[in-house]
Amino acid sequence: MRSEARYEDGPRAPWWLKVLAYGGLLFLHFPILMVGLYAFNTEESAFSFPLKGLTLRWFQAAAEREDVLGAIKLSLQVAVASTAVALVLGTLLAGALYRRRFFGKEAINLMVILPIALPGIITGIALLSAFRLAEVTPNFWTIAVGHATFCVVMVYNNVVARLRRMPHSLLEASADLGADGFQTFRHVVMPQMATALLAGGILAFALSFDELIVTTFTAGHEKTLPIWLLDQLGRPRDVPVTNVVALWVMLITAVPILVAWRLTRGTEDVAGSSK
Amino acid sequence: MSSIAVELKTVSRHYGAVKAVDGVSLSIQDGEFFSMLGPSGSGKTTCLRLIAGFEQPTSGSLLLHGQEAAGLPPYERDVNTVFQDYALFPHMSVLDNVAYGLMVKGVAKATRHKEAETALELVALGGFGSRRPSQLSGGQRQRVALARALINKPRVLLLDEPLGALDLKLREQMQAELKSLQRRLGITFVYVTHDQGEALSMSDRVAVFSQGRIEQVDTPRNLYTRPKTVFVAGFVGTANVVSGELARRLTGSERPFSVRPEHMRFAMSAEGNRVSVEGRLVEVQYHGASSRYEVRVEGNQVLTLSMLNGEADEASLPRRGDTVRVAWAPEAMVQLESGG
Amino acid sequence: METLPGVALPAPARPRAGVARVVANVLYRRSTLYLLLLLTPPLLWFGGVYLGSLLSLLVQSFYTFDDFTMGVTPELTWANYKALLDAANHDIILRTLSMAGTVTVASAVLGFPVAYYMARYATGWRKGFFYIAVMLPMWASYIVKAYSWTVILSKGGIIYWLVERLYLLPALEWALTLPGVGGSSLSTSNLGRFLVFTYIWLPYMILPIQAAIERVPGNLMQAAADLGARPTQSFRTVLLPLAFPGVVAGSIFTFSLTLGDYIIPQLVGPSGLFIGNMVYTMQGSIGNIPMAASFTVVPIVIIGIYLTVARKLGAFDAL
Repeated sequence: MRSEARYEDGPRAPWWLKVLAYGGLLFLHFPILMVGLYAFNTEESAFSFPLKGLTLRWFQAAAEREDVLGAIKLSLQVAVASTAVALVLGTLLAGALYRRRFFGKEAINLMVILPIALPGIITGIALLSAFRLAEVTPNFWTIAVGHATFCVVMVYNNVVARLRRMPHSLLEASADLGADGFQTFRHVVMPQMATALLAGGILAFALSFDELIVTTFTAGHEKTLPIWLLDQLGRPRDVPVTNVVALWVMLITAVPILVAWRLTRGTEDVAGSSK
Repeated sequence: MSSIAVELKTVSRHYGAVKAVDGVSLSIQDGEFFSMLGPSGSGKTTCLRLIAGFEQPTSGSLLLHGQEAAGLPPYERDVNTVFQDYALFPHMSVLDNVAYGLMVKGVAKATRHKEAETALELVALGGFGSRRPSQLSGGQRQRVALARALINKPRVLLLDEPLGALDLKLREQMQAELKSLQRRLGITFVYVTHDQGEALSMSDRVAVFSQGRIEQVDTPRNLYTRPKTVFVAGFVGTANVVSGELARRLTGSERPFSVRPEHMRFAMSAEGNRVSVEGRLVEVQYHGASSRYEVRVEGNQVLTLSMLNGEADEASLPRRGDTVRVAWAPEAMVQLESGG
Repeated sequence: METLPGVALPAPARPRAGVARVVANVLYRRSTLYLLLLLTPPLLWFGGVYLGSLLSLLVQSFYTFDDFTMGVTPELTWANYKALLDAANHDIILRTLSMAGTVTVASAVLGFPVAYYMARYATGWRKGFFYIAVMLPMWASYIVKAYSWTVILSKGGIIYWLVERLYLLPALEWALTLPGVGGSSLSTSNLGRFLVFTYIWLPYMILPIQAAIERVPGNLMQAAADLGARPTQSFRTVLLPLAFPGVVAGSIFTFSLTLGDYIIPQLVGPSGLFIGNMVYTMQGSIGNIPMAASFTVVPIVIIGIYLTVARKLGAFDAL
């Protein structure tokens, strides 16, 4: 609210700043546009520009590829499994850490962030070496366990932020009116954090769906969609299908990200005390 | 029948070294409008939260209608609270907010909605049930909070600075409404406020808090006319507290005493039975109906006089810088305990 | 005494019966037990899976790898760490570090104007637009973005086409002959690799800077102007110092992400390994997990140092 009022008739940006800002945006979106463009390319094994022609036939071809569909299916399954684990663990952590202070709280906080703060290669090789030590052959579950570990922070961050914004008096009011802990959770806490939970879940899902670096260590012979794409880069003959799948991946992740963004903004009006 | 609704026996609530409530004892009668008055951090709100069950006492005993309540969670106490920020559930309609207490007790939807509608009518908000709390004004939210608490038929209603967020005019109107509601329902009200005017005008009795302790519990009239401590004299209304050497000279004892500004007058000379002291008029403030005069007397103490305008002839009044004599009747002096 | 119409008074507190209420009461009275119940599953998961793995990695970095049998034996040795100091490995570490540094500086230079415009001038729908426009590329698939750049940089691709149209081909070819920048073509040059890295991590720089600038109250700049500072002066003396923690916060991402990456060096740029490639190759084709493990200690130490410095510069307040 403040920021909107602040510059209502504030200064206008100098032209060169506008150029730099919009130029930056263009830079950020240029490769994405190229992915969209090349999916329709008629050429089969090169990337020459301008395109020789446009076609829809690679979409059909990609949709018929068993390996593509298998990779998509595996990635979705992994994402569902790791998101489910992340939702449970992230919510528990948020519930434990959002208000109380206790010894070791900072350490727990750090531990949750560490898997995405450290380069993926460290998490990847650490998991792999541990799996080898435990004589676990990489499979679906080793991928999901790795993903869940760094997805927890997505759920945790969203839920903890929402819980911190929720006035504590709401919980007290509920207890005051006769609701025990479970009833308060069901009737007050859950509705309050539902959208944060959903947003966190979506981000966790998107993170898992796209993850490559850790997965290359934990996947063994399994092929998630990003790994499939990585393999494709060494297969020039398959370029058209790769282009189409690249576009699909973009679209599959963009929609949930937009939804998550929509869910987490404009949730400031809580309780009745806004003046 | 006059039974005790709430009783605190040497209740303390400590947070580490901080003594938020320190050995407080008090008893509140059934059907009483009882206020807890004090500056922020004086322990009044913590005391209220102890009664509600949001905090548990570190030591001491807390009885609700004769039954030990220390250790009981809030949801098993027969008291309800009106929160300072109202704490309305933003995701529920006004009607569902009011019906919440009945819902968690398992009352059927049709019944609880009917009762909630009745409760809303009681606070003059009939027909507002389908709105969201965010669509209501501050005063309306306050009434919803009240209805939500009252629908549970609490025997004690706790109010934590319920009017603090309202503007002055609305606050005065709500004060009158709260008082009349309390009279009609006959429920015990425990009312926390830092506004002494509010406490004096509404309450049957007032407990004055300072630094986690109770300074005095009394009727509003007694608090004003017979303050027991220096703190109470200063916090409830304005008082001239005289202590030290000046007190000894005037009363023969170093024990501090207080005189209300309206009991002081200017005098020409030391008159027989009146107590008087000489000083310099340093400030005159015009307040409409009355004026205030600040007189610096010996020992660098400043005495404040309050006089109705038009009470004395304008020309005869002293001006700033004049040397004046301030006098008062011996009955106007109230001996105080020095503590606080 | 009046009562609420239609309702009998009083309704004494009658505790809800049932198992749920009993459990709720127990958890209410024993709040430590409640906390413990909440914390146990995540602690088991993170302690068991994650910290356990890191620890096993650390232990294995001291194991012995036998070059002849290609097997690992649990005999503790410093050999792997000594090997880090080999000239070849030295090169790898330096190569990775200098790329991480360059990418970080470039991201800051490119990102600052975007962040500044977002925070200071974009209002209403434009603010939302900019935010989404930065966030979407950030979240877009990493491998797809990297792939897209191989398409863009390829010979006959759009960059070559553009450069040709602008008659700049000689300039590009000259640039590619420069040591440290060049390569036989854009997609096998350090320049190409640098472009891809900068592109991929740029959003991670923009958002923290934007957040930091957003927190500088607008009237602070007005105050500076009021006290007679020219726009460039108030920018330099007021805004820049306050936005700097945001830059440092962003640099943590760009630096650490570049440091640990091994996919992009594989796809774009000249031969010559990065730390990440070394780790991957060591554990993969060679199976020398001890050496790979000791190699991961390098980025951990570097990032540790970086974070310590960043904390001193106040970057954590800007996250």
